[in-house]
Amino acid sequence: MSTIHLAINDKSYSVDTDPKTSLLTVLREHLDLTGSKYGCGEGQCGACTVLIDGKAQRSCITRVGSVAGKQITTIEGLAKGDRLHPVQQAFLDEDAMQCAYCTSGMIMSAVALLQKNPGPDEKEIIDFMDGNVCRCGTYPRIVRAIQRAAKAQAPAVAKGVSR
Amino acid sequence: MRAKTNAGIFLEPERYELRAAAPYRFDLDRRDFFKFLGAGVVVVSVLKPAIVAQESGGGRQRRGESLPQQIDAWLHIGENGKVTVYTGKVEVGQNIRTSLSQAVAEELHIPINRIEMVMGDTQLTPFDMGTFGSRTTPTMNPQLRKAAAATREILIGLAASQWKTDQQQLVASDGRIVDPKSNRSIEYAALLKGQQITQSISADQPLIPATEWKVAGQPALKVDGRDFVTGKHRYPSDQKLQNMLYGKVLRQPSFNATLVSADTKTAEQMGATVVLDGNFVGVAAPSTQAAEAAIAAIHAEWKSEPQISNKELFDFLRKDAPQGKDPSGDGDHYETGSVDQAMSSADHRLQQSYTVSYIAHVPLEPRAALANWDGDQLTVWTGTQRPFGVRGQLVEAFHIPEEKVRVLMPDTGSGYGGKHTGETAIEAARLARAAKRPVKVVWTREEEFSWAYFRPAGVIDVMSGVRSDGTITAWEFHNYNSGSAGIRTYYDVPNQHIVFHEVHSPLRQGSYRALAATANHFARESHMDELAHVLKMDSLEFRLKNLKNERLRAVFEAAAKQFGWGKSKSPGQGFGMGGGYEKLGNIATFAEVNVDSKSGDVRVMRVVSAFECGAIVNPDNLRNQIEGSNVQGLGGALFEAIEFENGKILNGRLSQYRVPRFSDLPALETVMPDDRPCAGDRERDL
Repeated sequence: MSTIHLAINDKSYSVDTDPKTSLLTVLREHLDLTGSKYGCGEGQCGACTVLIDGKAQRSCITRVGSVAGKQITTIEGLAKGDRLHPVQQAFLDEDAMQCAYCTSGMIMSAVALLQKNPGPDEKEIIDFMDGNVCRCGTYPRIVRAIQRAAKAQAPAVAKGVSR
Repeated sequence: MRAKTNAGIFLEPERYELRAAAPYRFDLDRRDFFKFLGAGVVVVSVLKPAIVAQESGGGRQRRGESLPQQIDAWLHIGENGKVTVYTGKVEVGQNIRTSLSQAVAEELHIPINRIEMVMGDTQLTPFDMGTFGSRTTPTMNPQLRKAAAATREILIGLAASQWKTDQQQLVASDGRIVDPKSNRSIEYAALLKGQQITQSISADQPLIPATEWKVAGQPALKVDGRDFVTGKHRYPSDQKLQNMLYGKVLRQPSFNATLVSADTKTAEQMGATVVLDGNFVGVAAPSTQAAEAAIAAIHAEWKSEPQISNKELFDFLRKDAPQGKDPSGDGDHYETGSVDQAMSSADHRLQQSYTVSYIAHVPLEPRAALANWDGDQLTVWTGTQRPFGVRGQLVEAFHIPEEKVRVLMPDTGSGYGGKHTGETAIEAARLARAAKRPVKVVWTREEEFSWAYFRPAGVIDVMSGVRSDGTITAWEFHNYNSGSAGIRTYYDVPNQHIVFHEVHSPLRQGSYRALAATANHFARESHMDELAHVLKMDSLEFRLKNLKNERLRAVFEAAAKQFGWGKSKSPGQGFGMGGGYEKLGNIATFAEVNVDSKSGDVRVMRVVSAFECGAIVNPDNLRNQIEGSNVQGLGGALFEAIEFENGKILNGRLSQYRVPRFSDLPALETVMPDDRPCAGDRERDL
């Protein structure tokens, strides 16, 4: 047992736990942030995906001790007040979900992809997202949602560049 | 544990799930519930006896059994104008929360976001057999539309008497009753002040025809979609109560193993609540980690029996099967003409066997339940397609009266026919009773692979005879274990012998999405291709020669046209087709595959489906469902198969059991037989 300091969604948390505990367990059980999901426990399905310093990571195979002090973003931290993140909005607009259990992980992975590559083509989307499983088979819509989000983000990115 | 919870566990596809005893009862205290709803209008949907029979297994009911009328839903509109719909159906990703809301919005003329759907709560909603077999849209949808239409008429009647005017001239629009002549209008809520009206729908309740639908029939986004994209929605595995403990169960080393002894001292010393009850060994502790540690500290001895492995499975299924014309004794056989005579006079004969493996549902959310005892009153939140069935299993497991059990079903992370049973509900409730605190049990993926149930494996033997001109004269078809849905051939063959053989499955098995009939379609359509090959005929031409059903011909022809059937193939490329009657309607699918000449890997490049589907409540969602079925179907067709040996699953992890991923995605196209694309333009660029 030790006290671990975490920065999640721009808030600070202190958690008393074994540093080997998975980040997913800490999020869900200690902090009641249940938007990140358990799907396989071995990093195979992506339902638990969070951003660690902007990079998509599987929280189920990430030891909480290894992310102390790093910037962690979960699905709960994406929207700014009532304003959804463009990727969240695109998933809504494309109805890119059925049971939606995979959706938070899909969105987190997509956010990481678009941060790295703001205008991915279809193959790049498929390659990047291949570690996220949607058992309902909603893949075509998810691809479209990511393309839509990329378009929606494009002006913002262009603006950023011109500055 | 296993013996105790056997009720309803061995569910084979369709025929078996519907055979489960239906407790046709309607609690008297529901009347109090209507009172509790307070002022407003309650419209109760009562199914016609014929539909009740159909919904509960239809032809399999013994004659002379009288089926009482069944209330299957009700709609309440309160003094505040709030509309609440109560149905025992549940949401597992098929999006009925949205499509049923659309149906009500259409008839009641209110915005879709004014409707609250209360679903799958055994205390608040009417009894329901379960959400499976694609029955919600054909039955629940029209019932709710009737209830909403009746409510609208009551509201018009109230306005007419208030205004002392003829109700014929009044219309409902956007939550108001309007008199277009005088330009008066009044909100529904204002009409209901102090009123308390209860009414049943009539069977001949007129409905808005599909051609005039404004809300229904339009694409609608998931009504609570925002909760899903923000992570706010609480699935069963996300449920939490104050003081809650986490439960874990010690699993047998192999199926059907019996407990000889268990030393639980260390686990108890660790502070865990330990339950040892028959074959059940479980713990509850303040965290998942603590519960896992306590389980690991239990030393148990089990007695295991040697069991069938997947290597000998297909021989076993054939050998173990009862023979005869109707071996199952349930009428699941079909006989016409004389197959033997037709075989001996045929120009060509073909005999082939087809096998399908057990496959796992792999719902991304594993089974989960949170149980809480308040004295002798049990409440369980769990993900199941049969909340009332799970209530029954809890009643049986704990020997308590039904009114003491409440099962609630939060919208769940999918089911595909795999969540008809209440394993975690029983486990959590057993541990909660011992701990005297709420307990949550969430299965690991490994538990889900091993201790849930599978799509049945099966062997299908087909023997056929054809004339040189391509006419099929004899068709003999034996299905061992995988199910009788879709067993009949829809090709016109004068001499047929078709039998389903029920086998005692070595693995626990049950229903699987709409794909329960997959094995029969697969065997029949594969055999058609092989016959065409023997005859050196084009396989589409061969099918159409033996097919009279106009609607099926139409979908085959439509899909062939869209696919470009007859175009030339490049090396490694293959084209194929299949079709049949599914619950959606008539469907034909053409596929283009590539085979890697080195690895032998098969990849599906393009899938074209033509289907005919009647009036569609939410076309966008139907496309989503059909695409999903096609993607999921790829897994079973190409790489999913459960391996097992001596009562153990050998590939029960996601790293060992491959499911379809983004990179497996073929181009998917969907067409209607009259050439109107069912899919929107967005669809085609994929």
